[in-house]
Amino acid sequence: MRKEKLVLIGNGMAGIRALEELIKIAPEMYDITVFGAEPYGNYNRILLSPVLSGEKSFDDIVLNDEAWYQRHGITLYKGREITAIDRRARSVIARDGTTAFYDRLLIATGSNPVILPVPGHQLPGVITFRDIYDVDTMISAAQTLRHVVVIGGGLLGLEAANGLKQRGMHVTVVHLSTTLMDRQLDEVAGTMLRQSLESRGIEFLLGAQTEEIIGRKRVQGVRFKDGRETTADLVVMAVGIRPNIELAKAAGLYCERGILVNDTLQTYDPRVYAVGECVQHRRRTYGLVAPLFEQAKVCANHLAEIGFRRYQGSMLSTKLKVTGVDVFSAGDFTGDAGTESLILRDHARGVYKKLVIKDNRIHGAVMIGDTVDGSWYFQLMREGSDIRDIRNRLLHGQAHVGDAGHGGATATATMSDATEICGCNGVCKSEIVDAIIGKKLFTLEDVRAHTKASSSCGSCTGLVEQILAATLGGDYSAAPREKPLCKCTDYSHDEVRQAIREQRLTSIRAVMDRLEWKNPDGCASCRPALNYYLISTWPAEARDDYQSRFINERAHANIQKDGTYSVVPRMWGGVTTPAELRAIADVAEKFNVPEVKMTGGQRIDLLGVKKEQLPAVWRELGKAGLVSGHAYGKAIRTVKTCVGAEWCRFGVQDSTQMGIAVEKMCWGSWTPHKVKVAVSGCPRNCAEATIKDFGVVAVDSGWELHVGGNGGVKVRVTDLLYKVTTSEEVLEYCGAFLQLYREEARYLERTAHWIERVGLSYMKQRLLENPDNRRGLFARFRESQQYAQVDPWAERANGGVEGHEFIPLKQIA
Amino acid sequence: MNDWIEIGTVEDIPRQGARVIRTAAGDIAVFRTAEDEVFALRDRCPHKGGQLSQGIVYGKKVACPLHNWSIHLDSGEAVAPDKGCAASFPVKVVDGQIYIALPAAGARFASVS
Repeated sequence: MRKEKLVLIGNGMAGIRALEELIKIAPEMYDITVFGAEPYGNYNRILLSPVLSGEKSFDDIVLNDEAWYQRHGITLYKGREITAIDRRARSVIARDGTTAFYDRLLIATGSNPVILPVPGHQLPGVITFRDIYDVDTMISAAQTLRHVVVIGGGLLGLEAANGLKQRGMHVTVVHLSTTLMDRQLDEVAGTMLRQSLESRGIEFLLGAQTEEIIGRKRVQGVRFKDGRETTADLVVMAVGIRPNIELAKAAGLYCERGILVNDTLQTYDPRVYAVGECVQHRRRTYGLVAPLFEQAKVCANHLAEIGFRRYQGSMLSTKLKVTGVDVFSAGDFTGDAGTESLILRDHARGVYKKLVIKDNRIHGAVMIGDTVDGSWYFQLMREGSDIRDIRNRLLHGQAHVGDAGHGGATATATMSDATEICGCNGVCKSEIVDAIIGKKLFTLEDVRAHTKASSSCGSCTGLVEQILAATLGGDYSAAPREKPLCKCTDYSHDEVRQAIREQRLTSIRAVMDRLEWKNPDGCASCRPALNYYLISTWPAEARDDYQSRFINERAHANIQKDGTYSVVPRMWGGVTTPAELRAIADVAEKFNVPEVKMTGGQRIDLLGVKKEQLPAVWRELGKAGLVSGHAYGKAIRTVKTCVGAEWCRFGVQDSTQMGIAVEKMCWGSWTPHKVKVAVSGCPRNCAEATIKDFGVVAVDSGWELHVGGNGGVKVRVTDLLYKVTTSEEVLEYCGAFLQLYREEARYLERTAHWIERVGLSYMKQRLLENPDNRRGLFARFRESQQYAQVDPWAERANGGVEGHEFIPLKQIA
Repeated sequence: MNDWIEIGTVEDIPRQGARVIRTAAGDIAVFRTAEDEVFALRDRCPHKGGQLSQGIVYGKKVACPLHNWSIHLDSGEAVAPDKGCAASFPVKVVDGQIYIALPAAGARFASVS
């Protein structure tokens, strides 16, 4: 069969990214030809600034060398500008007459810099800042010329100014507005940015409208409307970009500001696609790299005829680095009559943060000096999180709200190369920077895959994003609005779960078939999540798929780094008996258990048990009445207690019995992540209930119920949910809370993260305001417990369940 | 190379799962995919020695239980960008019986990296 022909006009980042995505999913589908007007391969345009400033060379920023095109059988015509598209003949024609036929055409012609049509704009010495040719011109100018005027105080202009300053020129930035980067910054931030740049020797003329560029044979100066004049040997115009649509327009494709495309990036001619800066999608055009990459992905998906992905527009954040000043901006940062602002301003530290709030939701943010929380604010903004419960701490950053601490470090720019960024995986700053440059990474996901930084606990994500932004100079790729569950699907956790519930899907196979999973049997990320969603939604119907569970939950013990397992029997409320202790001691001796230790949750841990020994160990423990402690699962782990009123002279309630009752009710339940509970007998809180997922603290008149705490990477103290008087109420609220968590949190989301995402107010609304709602949750919890409260150890020790798990297939001498 | 050794039936291994065979030179993980293909790899992740037999099997890959590296079942190679390789062994299935070919007795498993 003849391969279809795909022609790409434009050898830039957006078009080539689309080809890369296409080759990933359908490598053999098309016969591909690329036309580029520039005489180079594809290079990273957002790294032109570091080339200008001398920090990088052109070779450093090449993304795809010629070998890449050859390897994928792509015909590349460099330096050949396409001058016409003949849609009837389905061909494109280059200036030199080269013609290529297409079955599908992809237009990625990018944009052109805007040139102010003032008198003198055609004089030699007036240039733009757009491609490597401009950069070369500037670099050679810097060797012989002295005064440069940069027209435009936006991102591009400031980067050009910075680069030329570092090349030793005398730089003046001219800006029409009185605020620098006024598309991204408010007046205060703009002023701070200006002061910071002035201290680096760049001069500014603000509120200045260019009237004329003066000069006879070449540029000599610039005159402004208000009569001011300044000397110039070189003028760089950086006043914006305009989608390059001439070719498309001439071919009769419908254009407004850009080439109009639909959600699958098709133009009005369905054979013709367009991506990148040249397109207009839902009335918007984009000039940052993140949306271009999102478009590329969708377009490739459609070209590969797997057309279920849609591009729905991008929400933008700019996190940029201009000469050592961290700047972050997202959304509506000015606000209007209907919004309010939270502002933190610290002149001594050079820090300014402003959040624009409307209806308790973040609508925009602008930050300067300390941008480490930018990605967090952006996430809250994207998810539309209700911030009313954290607004008193919001401006101080995520470290002061709860999770994801970064040790107080906020500015990566000043860190030494050897500073450890990711403590989990031991990754230092220079390793991340080297990977970004050497391996040409653009996104947080890329950095995670290549360096492992931020891939474990995620608390250094803000720092890694900062390094990414600083290294890439301009913008970088931010996460899409709602993340897909994993790479096997485009559906988010919440969408998958909704489908399971509403379409009554009861098996992993059914979910994957109905939602058109891209990998036939999923991956190690989605299968455990799906299994959890199924058994929590349909406790009676769904079959637990052990092969989709992480080993700990399959073997019902905790795998250790040497491949042995740890065994933790349940001790109800942390209370044990001599007989139980004797049984544990006997087991430890009989099986030569290398280590016996106390856990943090008032249990005893037998460490170093071989897998084959597990059923026998469990059998022995079972004889003394000991059952699985679920210390290995995303499940209810422990209920920790203090001695309480029975013994303690301060105790006001019987916390031990309360804890036992809670544990008897909850054990065996599978949850999105591990759940720890504690009950303290008085406000001295010896059971540390206020750093548990569900914490109960006795007071004289009853029980305080606390939710959403955890120890771990970043301690999060619980929020007080409610106060009740009876132990029956404690059980009801506890069960209802757990069920709400089971039904609505995403897989692997601790209660702390979940509460921060949905807000304590929501929790109160679901659990307190409507008693029927609470009772319904509680009833569903008890219903599901009927199926869950089966001791998995007994099943395996005596019932022969999953016997193959614990026996080698064969012993070969 | 020794002759083919019979080690059990395909049905002995859960679909999307693995079993271990013990040999004098170390453990070997024998995998069965959702499509009932069978593969054998040395039961040591090239990263930090995790037992691949305990991982989650998906497609023709397994995710190591220790740090979630993914390993190709057919070649033993780590999925990029991670780099490393677990030794792989020829297996064949005849009438539901699995046979494996092991290196000559006494030889240690080659570690490729």
